[in-house]
Amino acid sequence: MDFDLTDEQRMLADSIGRLVTDSYGDFEQRKAYRADPRGWSPANWSGYAEMGLLGLPFAEEDGGFGGGPVETMLVFEAFGRGLVVEPYLATVVLGGGLLKRAGTAAQRATLIPEIAGGGLTLAFAHQERQARHDLHDVATTARPDGTGWRLDGAKGVVLHGDTAGRLIVSARTAGARRDREGISLFLLDPATHGVTRRGYATQDGLRAAEVVLDGVLLPADALLGPEGGALPLIEWVVDEAQAAICAEALGAMEVLRDLTVDYLKQRTQFGQAIGNFQALQHRAADMLVATEQARSMAMYAAMMVQESDASARRVALSAAKALVARLADQLGKDAVQLHGGIAMTEEYKAGHYFKRLAILAGLFGDMDHHLRVVVAAGGLPEAA
Amino acid sequence: MDLRYTPDEIAFRDDLRKFFRSEIPLPIRRKVSEGRALAREDYVTSQRILHARGLATPNWPVAWGGQDWTPVQRYIYVEELQAAAVPQPLGFNVNMVGPVIATFGSEAQKQRFLPATANLDIWWAQGFSEPGAGSDLASLKTTAKRDGDDFILNGQKTWTTLGQYADWIFCLVRTDATVRKQQGISFILADMKTPGISVRPIITIDGGHEVNEVFFDDVRVPAENLVGELNKGWDYAKFLLSNERIGIARIGMTKERLARVKRLAQETPAGEGMVWDDPDFRRRLAWSEIELKALEITQMRVVAAQRSKASDKPDPSSSILKIKGSEIQQQSTQLLMDVAGPYAMPRPDREEEGLNLPSVGPDWADAAAPLFFNYRKVSIYGGSNEIQRNIIAKAFLGL
Repeated sequence: MDFDLTDEQRMLADSIGRLVTDSYGDFEQRKAYRADPRGWSPANWSGYAEMGLLGLPFAEEDGGFGGGPVETMLVFEAFGRGLVVEPYLATVVLGGGLLKRAGTAAQRATLIPEIAGGGLTLAFAHQERQARHDLHDVATTARPDGTGWRLDGAKGVVLHGDTAGRLIVSARTAGARRDREGISLFLLDPATHGVTRRGYATQDGLRAAEVVLDGVLLPADALLGPEGGALPLIEWVVDEAQAAICAEALGAMEVLRDLTVDYLKQRTQFGQAIGNFQALQHRAADMLVATEQARSMAMYAAMMVQESDASARRVALSAAKALVARLADQLGKDAVQLHGGIAMTEEYKAGHYFKRLAILAGLFGDMDHHLRVVVAAGGLPEAA
Repeated sequence: MDLRYTPDEIAFRDDLRKFFRSEIPLPIRRKVSEGRALAREDYVTSQRILHARGLATPNWPVAWGGQDWTPVQRYIYVEELQAAAVPQPLGFNVNMVGPVIATFGSEAQKQRFLPATANLDIWWAQGFSEPGAGSDLASLKTTAKRDGDDFILNGQKTWTTLGQYADWIFCLVRTDATVRKQQGISFILADMKTPGISVRPIITIDGGHEVNEVFFDDVRVPAENLVGELNKGWDYAKFLLSNERIGIARIGMTKERLARVKRLAQETPAGEGMVWDDPDFRRRLAWSEIELKALEITQMRVVAAQRSKASDKPDPSSSILKIKGSEIQQQSTQLLMDVAGPYAMPRPDREEEGLNLPSVGPDWADAAAPLFFNYRKVSIYGGSNEIQRNIIAKAFLGL
């Protein structure tokens, strides 16, 4: 049993912490990044590349740094603290996670160095309107066409899909809409004829896109991974994203808690700091309890995402997400309430943390969804 | 970062697991598992078996029968003990007065009390709370006045757990009323057979006799029974209470109870199927399991931090463990009562009237409601959850 970071991990955490403080320490900076046509900062992205963050989880032989879930956790906790808007989850965790596991040697050799170098961003076009949180619900089709494929369908709320240099699209090569078998992945350039994207801002200050695939013709080698057998891979990568989301929520919760506690000390009413009032003190104390519980669950998620038994892994990640979602919701709402009116303003940052937490809580499945997964499994997996 | 135990830790765990399950009599462990009151002999039997193997007082100094364990080993010990439904060695002896005497007592006190305390030859009671001193413990009023070679004690203690079995009591008493309230308190030991001490039972809402009032009426106690220095008792009490950090959340015990709830829910009929088939019930059970997992990792983090640094820095973790641990313990007893359903209603006969009558319902169900009632105490004792929130707000958030 060991909860210590290695020296390398500690150095990584320190460097990312400094980087995020430099680039996001002043909340006005984030507003400027969002104003870029991309909705994020290319300069920051280059900074992440220079620090090695964009190659972090890839194997060294593919041009990466061989980082694992603990490294990812450290990155996302820091990103949560800064409310970072760059497409790291979409590119490195989701797109990169699929690419590194499903890509051929040739695909990996071409694309991973580009990602690590900051020249290429990815997006994972999987969500469909009817699917809600069910990863196996895919209606988009891919039919053989000549020597290649023809894709038809519509994908929604594709994180950073508007600016991605490549899309990884899930489509059905066999089976019915809700079958677990028959789902495949395709790697495509969004400029391909028949792909239309409608980009938009999301409520938490990031970006996403609707992607329509209308008779999109792809060569045979656009297939990424096993034909018809992509679902286990998708589930694994989404679990990794879930672990990252737990860490990001933790970072955001800690900042919001500290902001709230500082405000309680500064704001005076009835001739004293409102932090003197016990009703507010106890709610602040509960915020500390919540962040500690969230930290434990983010660690649990990081450790269990490496679990080789896929069903145990899925249940554990759902357990982590269900609780983090509940804690994030509770802490976010309490933070706004304890601040009072100031947190209702667009200008002050607390409200932005609250909004990000509300979105993270529902991303890749909300609390109810993940609790249902745990309930259906009959409870948590017993640790070895 | 790794949740798993090392091979050495697994071997250590497996040894303990085997020992607890093979050596501690099953009828005693069954009572613990069902949440029934233990008889005095049950505690004594169990603790003596543990002590013979060096497992009653692992957190004591090695010279006095402690174990040179790592924090992880201590954690495994508590977890396995609770998971096997072994009665905890009497806390008043092994976690409270024992470490205080070992740390602050005279050599004569150590020789006289520690071996007997470890083996439960002496049963200790805790004389801290008073009718007017609960959360505000330092306002206690029981006095000890010096008279020649003795102190004379007058006053009343309350909530004295298992005081009906006690041979001795360790008390916080006021020895100086002229200074700040924390600075006029001393820590003193009294033989329960001393003239002037009387014990009155308090029957709690579960029907049990677990706690008592203890009255001191001109009780003459030899001055040699003072522990450490006069008027330093508050420091010793804080030391004593800080010893409880591992195990306060009772994670092993709650795990065992939730597993039992699950098993019983799977075999208790409800309509077309079993209680287990009710999704609302299972949702509540799942929440308890999930929260327990988060707490378990929080506890492991505390253990790991103890290993990497012996820090005296204020740390909110014991308050967090207390708040969440008590909440989840309470949830587990409520779930058990809900499984019992209508057969939570028949009231079991009291211990002293004999428990051997056949149960009205399933043989476990009559203990469910009393346990639920009894467990309201866990968010009250040991510093109520509201006091814990005060501590967090003041000591860690600076409010």
